[in-house]
Amino acid sequence: MSALLQVDNLTKRFGGFVALDQVSLQVAPGERLGLIGPNGSGKSTLVNCISGLLRTDGGAVRFNSVDVSRQAAHQRIRAGIARSFQIPKPFSSMTVLDNLCVPLLYATGHRPGMTRPGEAEAREEAFEILRSVGLEARSGEMSAGLTQVDMRKLELARAIAARPMLLIADEAMAGLSTSEVDEILQLLLSMKGRGIAVIMIEHIMRAVMQFSERVAVLVAGRKVADGDPHEVIANPDVQRAYLGE
Amino acid sequence: MSNTRFAIIALLVGAVLAVACQFIQNDYFFNAAYTVLLYAILSTAWNILGGYTGYVNFGTAAFFAIGVYSSIVLYKAFHLPLGLLIMAGTVIAGVAGIGLGYLTLRLRGHFFAIATLALAVMLFTFVTNWDYAGGARGAYVLVPREVPFGFPRYIRYLFTVMVGLTVLAIIVARMIERSRLGQGLAAIRDDELAAECAGVPTLRLKLIATALSGGMMGLAGTTFPFFISFVEPVGAFDLRYAVNAIAMPVIGGMTTWLGPLLGAVLLGTVQQLVQVTISSAWNLLIVGVLLVGFVTLAPEGIMGWVLAWRARRSKPT
Repeated sequence: MSALLQVDNLTKRFGGFVALDQVSLQVAPGERLGLIGPNGSGKSTLVNCISGLLRTDGGAVRFNSVDVSRQAAHQRIRAGIARSFQIPKPFSSMTVLDNLCVPLLYATGHRPGMTRPGEAEAREEAFEILRSVGLEARSGEMSAGLTQVDMRKLELARAIAARPMLLIADEAMAGLSTSEVDEILQLLLSMKGRGIAVIMIEHIMRAVMQFSERVAVLVAGRKVADGDPHEVIANPDVQRAYLGE
Repeated sequence: MSNTRFAIIALLVGAVLAVACQFIQNDYFFNAAYTVLLYAILSTAWNILGGYTGYVNFGTAAFFAIGVYSSIVLYKAFHLPLGLLIMAGTVIAGVAGIGLGYLTLRLRGHFFAIATLALAVMLFTFVTNWDYAGGARGAYVLVPREVPFGFPRYIRYLFTVMVGLTVLAIIVARMIERSRLGQGLAAIRDDELAAECAGVPTLRLKLIATALSGGMMGLAGTTFPFFISFVEPVGAFDLRYAVNAIAMPVIGGMTTWLGPLLGAVLLGTVQQLVQVTISSAWNLLIVGVLLVGFVTLAPEGIMGWVLAWRARRSKPT
């Protein structure tokens, strides 16, 4: 099967600091990839480069066989690359429902065979998505008043509302309790049913192992391992990166 | 309420107001009311970029002056009728808005605000040295001797035109607020990165906002030369336009079209009263005190206060 996302030799520098060094990565349609690495290894930079918030200094990002490297972030989500933010960024002056209407009205309808919903249809679809993530009771509330876990759900729901083919979840579980982690995990696992491939960036290894069909490891801006989750965490390089010599 | 219905009601209210006011005998009323309406348009315009989109513009006076001076120059050169002058000034200021936006909208927060301030200073210098437009000496505009449509005095005619322009500005502002564009602008105001990642073409929308906002500020200035009949740069670029255009939406509330209008009518009327009863020097002081009061006690303005009160009442306890 041809790759949905194909990252080739991606390089990103901040001044003299090389944040990403020739990173290559593939994601197949509907695949669940776990992306791990110590703090500062370049995971979030990689997400920003794939989603278009950062311009790369070398290499290419291909999505659905189209080179999107020069596209702005709003064009990439229209093409089907959605992301959630590590620190939730709700549209705080809007209700929870209206938060979802923004991507429904702006990100959809730009791919062949997909039409943009009208105002009323958008609200209907937004409510359906809220129901599926368990936020329907909050739909009329202002998003600024949500609890942490609901805020994370809103991040994911807003990403789903863009009708993506790939979702990049940047530490959607950080700081949550065990039961809350399970809630978010179930939510991410359910993306398969929507036909959405997921890249999960996470530090909580239990969640990574439960979730991932494949795990890739970044260490100091380089990819050091990529493959079956159990083989990857047994890899001596990976263990050294996390635990030291 | 649909846009068409709102537009019809707004036009009717405007018409009734304009006709009813003609019965007022004192001509000074029209001078004062013209100024209040001028501020209503300016603050509605400011709010499109400042309130809806979250970009604070200190350069109101620059766009206003573009409207003023485009009327002066075009009137001097071609003797265009007022209707065409209004359209021309609006378009020119709108284009200037796009220009400013293109140069500065990659800047965020304070940096954008400072850039707009710089624009005002630059334009001021340019106009001061532009001889054809009067330069530093200023320019006289002779009001046509024949007042159109049989109005007894020119100021009554200008006031009526201004009522129409204010209604137009409010209709446009409300249309933006309720539209997909408005939702995109609100997303930018709340979080620009998240908006971009939700598919909102942030740069394009901000350019649309600066064009509409700038154009509307220019619109407010187009009739001004005929109101004041002598324009010089210090007056056209006066600080009070920028200050009032910010203070009025802040006091009225920045998230709806009604906020700037309320703020302009309240603050504008108070200023006019003070000017007559105490002295014009007190105006900015009053604005300052009110602004400090509102920012500390009711940061969401009058409308925010009303909406919160309504939400509290409707919430079942």
